[in-house]
Amino acid sequence: MKEIALKAGDTVVVARGDLQALLDALAARDYTLIGPTVRDGAIAYCEIRTVEDLPAGWEDEQDGGTYRLHRRGDGRLFGFTVGPHSWKQFLYPPVLKLWEARRNGHGFTVHRDESPQPRRAFIGVRGCELAAIGVQDQVFLHGKYVDSTYQARREGVFIVAVNCGHVVSTCFCVSMKTGPKVGKGFDIALTEILDADGHRFVAEAGTARGAEVLAAVPHRPADASDRAAAEVVSANAEQAMKRSMDTEGIRDLLYNNAEHPRWEAVANRCMTCANCTMVCPTCFCHTVEDVTDLSGSHAERWRKWDSCFTMEFSYIHGGSVRPSASARYRQWMTHKLASWIDQFGTSGCVGCGRCITWCPVGIDITEEVRAIRETDRAAEEG
Amino acid sequence: MAPTKAKTASKPRLAVWKFASCDGCQLSLLDCEDELLAVAGAIEIANFPEASRAVAKGPYDVSLVEGSITTPHDAERIQMVRKQSRYLVTIGACATAGGIQALRNFADVKEFTSIVYATPQYIQTLKKSTPITDHVFVDFELRGCPINKHQLVELVSALLNSRKPNVPTYSACIECKRRGTVCVMVAQGTPCLGPVTQAGCGAICPSYHRGCYGCYGPKESPNTAALSVGWSRLGVRGDDLVRVYRTYNAYADAFRRESEAHEK
Repeated sequence: MKEIALKAGDTVVVARGDLQALLDALAARDYTLIGPTVRDGAIAYCEIRTVEDLPAGWEDEQDGGTYRLHRRGDGRLFGFTVGPHSWKQFLYPPVLKLWEARRNGHGFTVHRDESPQPRRAFIGVRGCELAAIGVQDQVFLHGKYVDSTYQARREGVFIVAVNCGHVVSTCFCVSMKTGPKVGKGFDIALTEILDADGHRFVAEAGTARGAEVLAAVPHRPADASDRAAAEVVSANAEQAMKRSMDTEGIRDLLYNNAEHPRWEAVANRCMTCANCTMVCPTCFCHTVEDVTDLSGSHAERWRKWDSCFTMEFSYIHGGSVRPSASARYRQWMTHKLASWIDQFGTSGCVGCGRCITWCPVGIDITEEVRAIRETDRAAEEG
Repeated sequence: MAPTKAKTASKPRLAVWKFASCDGCQLSLLDCEDELLAVAGAIEIANFPEASRAVAKGPYDVSLVEGSITTPHDAERIQMVRKQSRYLVTIGACATAGGIQALRNFADVKEFTSIVYATPQYIQTLKKSTPITDHVFVDFELRGCPINKHQLVELVSALLNSRKPNVPTYSACIECKRRGTVCVMVAQGTPCLGPVTQAGCGAICPSYHRGCYGCYGPKESPNTAALSVGWSRLGVRGDDLVRVYRTYNAYADAFRRESEAHEK
């Protein structure tokens, strides 16, 4: 096929059989491919090489505290939603050595690993996830201080997004306005269509480099019926979404209900195990640990994912500021949904539902908001 | 806190003590193959019968204490250990919680001795197996059945370099998530003690598709009641819930109370 120049905004159709050419085109441009694959009974994000690595024919079923994979009965490659992993593990690694130092006479020399990061292509980024990357960009790149470790990983990333055609019960991206159709920030966005006309992808180039890659993949221009079919996929997904969160005035709602009895009620169920914060694609809190070897001649500083659910996290001289589970749950939810807005200009929640699914006891953030809203003390007094 | 710096002439003196235990935790010290020479170079191992018959008299800068107190003799001996030790660190579930032998605490030990021994009147044993902290002041504890050798080396390094050891008290779930393990409770419906268990082992069992057995005992602020509700949804109820909490850390406060709550 002769390569025809494409530009950002162009939409083409790529046959299922030609999707490997897209992966090959990215690999040929020195991208390490990271994508969804079935591992340990879940969709995990791992290094992939071929279309065969994708979870063909699998779909997930999720609810509070439960996740299961089933065969779909068709050959869709992206017929599932989001799993336990998120892209943050590649941009903001769970455990990272920041620097090391060696004793040198009476002083010491510091060594920081500044070897270049591999260029990664993320395959199958969903709307909520693209929004989450945007939220972490805001936190790590756009404030007064730039996190150089995040920047080094983020800069080279190529994003192949996927518009969700399947929804699980924990999804509420419509409420958070992050999906099911992906928003800004992708290089290529795919909509998977499997109907009487065959198995194909409607592919939209979001950037010039996305267009350049797409041009190297066998394709045909998308016509009106292809676009309509892609719109139907997103519309159906939106229609299928049952869970919701009313975000109207949520910042003030939570600020005004810091003493609400619901915090104690949720604390009876909350194990402060921190799973919700670990799986959240926007949670960015970490701890820094200094370690030394036995001889005292070598020291290292490590950054590790931490959580507002641990005692140590809020430990200052004399004890933990948030010793009770209610204080810690309130801190997490109020930051995520309210003070995040003051801090970063957006909500910290993208509606992916991971905190609901991966809470071992199924605590539901949308339900907690609903409970507080229904018995809003400020409203009752007013 | 290092009483003496590693490079000065007199190295900190270490003693290792055994009470009622299986020796597995002390052996973790010998299991530090890569680090053992460095450990031996940095500290004087003054009293460690598992490693050497040469025993140097106290006092000691650091005592590692393994095992629980189960006999009147133990109860006296631990006082002697405390008196001779600047810092006393308990290692393992026996020393920190009473160990598996604390199952006797839920029954009448006389019944056991009458069944097990031909002449039970020769047996001098206490009614309960208790952690070291019930008898003397403990400066620091390393959890686990057995302890993790990396935590042991971290503890020794921290002592030698006058810094706080990085020994977290949060849940095992955090270690699971950091290593990318898929939650066995959520994705497989496998009952797991991870959400109420202290981290430290590196979350080994879930990485082999097994639930956490709680070897490291209760984490900080453990909500065992909430976890039991979660387990009962997976079909674990009654006597089974009692047994879940009655293993290596059966007598650790949170696990003991939760097991008693499910006893008929």
